[in-house]
Amino acid sequence: MTVPSVLPMMKRLNISGIYVLDQDRALDFYVGKLGLEVDTDVDLGFMRWLTVRVPGDPDHKILLEQPSPPAMSEETAVQVRDLVTKGAAGGHLFFAVDDAHAVHAELRARGVELTEEPTEQSYGIDFGLRDPFGNHVRIAQLKEG
Amino acid sequence: MGPATEDANRRLLRARDAMDRRFAEPLDVPALARIALVSEAHFIRSFRAVFGETPHRYLQRRRVERAMFLLRTTDRSVTDICMDVGFTSLGTFSRVFRDIVGEPPSAYRRRGPIGPVPSCFARAWLRPSSFGEAPPP
Repeated sequence: MTVPSVLPMMKRLNISGIYVLDQDRALDFYVGKLGLEVDTDVDLGFMRWLTVRVPGDPDHKILLEQPSPPAMSEETAVQVRDLVTKGAAGGHLFFAVDDAHAVHAELRARGVELTEEPTEQSYGIDFGLRDPFGNHVRIAQLKEG
Repeated sequence: MGPATEDANRRLLRARDAMDRRFAEPLDVPALARIALVSEAHFIRSFRAVFGETPHRYLQRRRVERAMFLLRTTDRSVTDICMDVGFTSLGTFSRVFRDIVGEPPSAYRRRGPIGPVPSCFARAWLRPSSFGEAPPP
């Protein structure tokens, strides 16, 4: 057994974030199409704090952040938006489902931009899609155990 | 850069995704240009400007990456894999594979199986770089 070099400190992953180019469109997509639910949507004045979560999984929230000043310079925001739309901003989300084929069919019916058919992998069955901005979403029916 | 660039990027990404999905089919520039909502001539130029290589080169790397994956995860013959990933000639496949990877398919196969990683990451990270060819043997 590996002995940890430091004492365990973190309890769980609470919030992780991705960049979206428009928070209203992000809500339409992540809630309206993918079936997530809003955790928090509040105007703090200086920013709109917007998180979503998988229904029934309140422990992990996804922050949908719009890259813009004053968090970053306008020039940097333009670069970030450029990378997002090239699919190169690193905004990956991986969801687990019970039935990949059924979810794939449902998302197709909802007009989601699917990038890959459900495929048998060593770890289960998974497929891919893009959000409206270029972020990559992967949906897997994982093997048990 | 700005909203127009972002829209153009996003449409080109959609076309690139289509290439990723239909890698075994011949490169269909007119169809891809329609997905990207640009003219055929402009498609090749703008794809290169955004992703740093031509659509043809991207497709070659995608096919070689698929071949690399199949060589290491199946026991199918090199010829079968060559056809599977969209090459129509074993000679072309072997030359392109060696140019890009730096060793022939049979030698690459001897590296053995790939560890457990989501397929999309294997795909993105196994894909050989398009910038600078394989070092000379």
